[in-house]
Amino acid sequence: MRPLSHEPVVAAIDQGTTSTRCMLFDPQGQTVALAQVEHRQIHPAPGWVEHDAAEVWRNVTLVVPMALRQGGVEVGDIVALGIANQRETSVVWDPVSGKVLAPAITWQDTRTADIVTTLVQAGHDEQIEAISGLVPRTYFAGPRLRWQLDHVTGLRDRAQAGELLFGTMESWLIWNLTGGPDGGVHVTDVTNASRTMLMDIETRQWSPRLLELLDVPASVLPRIASNAERYGTCTTLLPGVPVTAAIGDQQAALVGQTCFEVGQAKCTYGSGAFLLSNTGPTRIVSSRGLISTVAYQLGDDAPSYALEGSIAVAGSLVQWLRDSLGLIDTAPQIETLAATVPENGGCYIVPAFSGLYAPHWRDDARGIIVGLTSYITKGHLARAVLEATAWQTVEVVEALRGDTGMDLDRFVVDGGMTSNQLLMQYIADVLDQRVERPLVSESVCLGAAYLAGLTVGYWDSLAAVRDNWHRAGSWRPRMDPARRAIERAGWEEAVRRALADCS
Amino acid sequence: MAKNIQSVERAAAVLRVVGAAGRPVELAEIAQALDLPRTTTHGIVRTLREVGLLTQPNHSTAYALGRRLATLGRARLDPNDIRSLTTNYADALASHSRQAVFIGVPHVRGVAIIHHVFRPDDREQTMVIGAVVPFHATALGKATLAFAPSAAGGGLSLERFTGRTVRTRGRLDVELSRVRAQGFALDVGEHDPDLAGIAAPLRTVGGLGVGAVGIVGTVGTMVGTDSQPRPDLVGHVRDAATAMSRAIVAGR
Ligand SMILES: Nc1ncnc2c1ncn2[C@@H]1O[C@H](COP(=O)(O)OP(=O)(O)O)[C@@H](O)[C@H]1O
Repeated sequence: MRPLSHEPVVAAIDQGTTSTRCMLFDPQGQTVALAQVEHRQIHPAPGWVEHDAAEVWRNVTLVVPMALRQGGVEVGDIVALGIANQRETSVVWDPVSGKVLAPAITWQDTRTADIVTTLVQAGHDEQIEAISGLVPRTYFAGPRLRWQLDHVTGLRDRAQAGELLFGTMESWLIWNLTGGPDGGVHVTDVTNASRTMLMDIETRQWSPRLLELLDVPASVLPRIASNAERYGTCTTLLPGVPVTAAIGDQQAALVGQTCFEVGQAKCTYGSGAFLLSNTGPTRIVSSRGLISTVAYQLGDDAPSYALEGSIAVAGSLVQWLRDSLGLIDTAPQIETLAATVPENGGCYIVPAFSGLYAPHWRDDARGIIVGLTSYITKGHLARAVLEATAWQTVEVVEALRGDTGMDLDRFVVDGGMTSNQLLMQYIADVLDQRVERPLVSESVCLGAAYLAGLTVGYWDSLAAVRDNWHRAGSWRPRMDPARRAIERAGWEEAVRRALADCS
Repeated sequence: MAKNIQSVERAAAVLRVVGAAGRPVELAEIAQALDLPRTTTHGIVRTLREVGLLTQPNHSTAYALGRRLATLGRARLDPNDIRSLTTNYADALASHSRQAVFIGVPHVRGVAIIHHVFRPDDREQTMVIGAVVPFHATALGKATLAFAPSAAGGGLSLERFTGRTVRTRGRLDVELSRVRAQGFALDVGEHDPDLAGIAAPLRTVGGLGVGAVGIVGTVGTMVGTDSQPRPDLVGHVRDAATAMSRAIVAGR
């Protein structure tokens, strides 16, 4: 955020759920520039959430030049580009025209419930889990592709004729950056692929059996690559700059937070919230609803794995308060509203908009507000919204402790919601553990940049970037244990009802 | 009951007439509608235009409601919005200056800290968001006061914290005009004998001060042997303040 004199920098794009960002970093991992543009959230039916992939690509073409201008940087100063992305969101496009062929179905969308139920009822769930490491759920991308093939007119014919490409957001962006219809590279990375329910978690290649079960033709799928290698070179936007990293946003944040040792974990608070804990070369199978996923793989190295506690709705509940209820003008104003009351007044919100994720995994759970009385003001609702994120955090942290038998040494956080002081304090209070924020809270971008820079030798090793981590803020627990127990009981009762109300 | 102030009543009536018309209105029409002499009406209308409550669109002679009228109710920026809009710049300032960063907004008896970024050396530090620091004894306070003169409300208590604290209104005024001329404020051991601060104003549309951003560190790291603040640090603080001000204006 100061003009540099043509010092080389690394660029990163974070194609997130609510916005697309471009950041530039110097060798110390310091921010040189940051540009960001939001895109539309499209809700065509209950449980459906779509993005327009063409709009997302357009936003990429906006934010990249904005960042360059802001940092006083020229294309020639950029040594490499890394991409991080919202995971499990499925895009289909025409390789000849470059046009998207259907709305992108996002990771929060639950329309694939029937496809998933059918697989489970046919008794395929064990085999799917054995191959992919994933229990079949609406959360993953493969069933979305299947849905698109089944429901978008002409798509299956196109697939048969070789006139269709599928990818998650990173594939869509890399294909466009490296030439599009003119030789664009069709590639995905192992972290994103591991969330499709189509990849064999052991071989890290597409599984013929899973493709058969989901009735998805292999020809539409991208090649699976590691997270740090040279996929291709930009022909547009940053002409000549090599694309040298691609990684799902949550795994990118793990790297950005430099959690390279076994047992190190981070929690990212964006639209959803995601706790990832590095389990090293061992893949741990959870018995408590955590997802066993690839953390990162650098070139030909063996991959590192992670256990993930996924919370579907965190910041998006704040957006709901803003956009659907109109109780606040901006997301940060939820803190102002929440501060108008000292506690939640007995009100709890269970935001099961996409069912409940970890550790419950109930696609059929529906959101509820409990404890509504005439006493409740919008301030209490605002508190209940923030507290829902905190209690869901407690649930995934406890599941992780159960699976690994280890307490988290440190609880480090990042993401848009971490600027909310009241929320961060409440998380420290209910976890009864110190919460720490790093100096660069855009860990997702930073992680993508680290991998991109490592690939081209801008940084030597993971160890070299670890020294860049600094604590920028921390919140210590100060809640009375009796109070914590009462609040916990209130939350648990609310969750029981969210689960009981569904058929 | 005390008598109302006639010119204020008339100004309100003028605004109501222009607002009700739903189109730009000529001076003569306003005068006629309120049954006032043209000269009187002109004085009111001109004043309202100068303070931004009326405009003359496209350089015409007719008057319309000014944009400022629409934003009057939202004039105060929400501190939580300010923190969110500036947080990345605050992080960058901490990493470039290697000092702790604070953002403050005017409060009843001083500047309320709305954001705090630790000094990036990983030593134990405590978050002080919510604390209030005095206007006259901190760089953050002086930078806020210099560009938002009404920030201190009625009075300032010029409490003594160290031997170097400014304790007279006269000296403070001299200091504040220096802050306005230089664009940044300084405190060397005036609040805590061992600490120094450098701060610059956060300004929104029209240059109005909404608060300040500053760094705080030991006197030794912040001030050179010539007892001047280190120019590189002043540069970082001013650059950050400019970028943050831009983000605040764009983000509203
Ligand atoms: N100060 C805040 N308090 C609470 N929620 C916030 C705040 N600022 C942003 N958010 C929420 O955080 C989300 C955006 O965070 P971000 O990290 O950009 O997420 P993503 O990458 O998922 O788009 C939005 O859902 C927004 O509602």
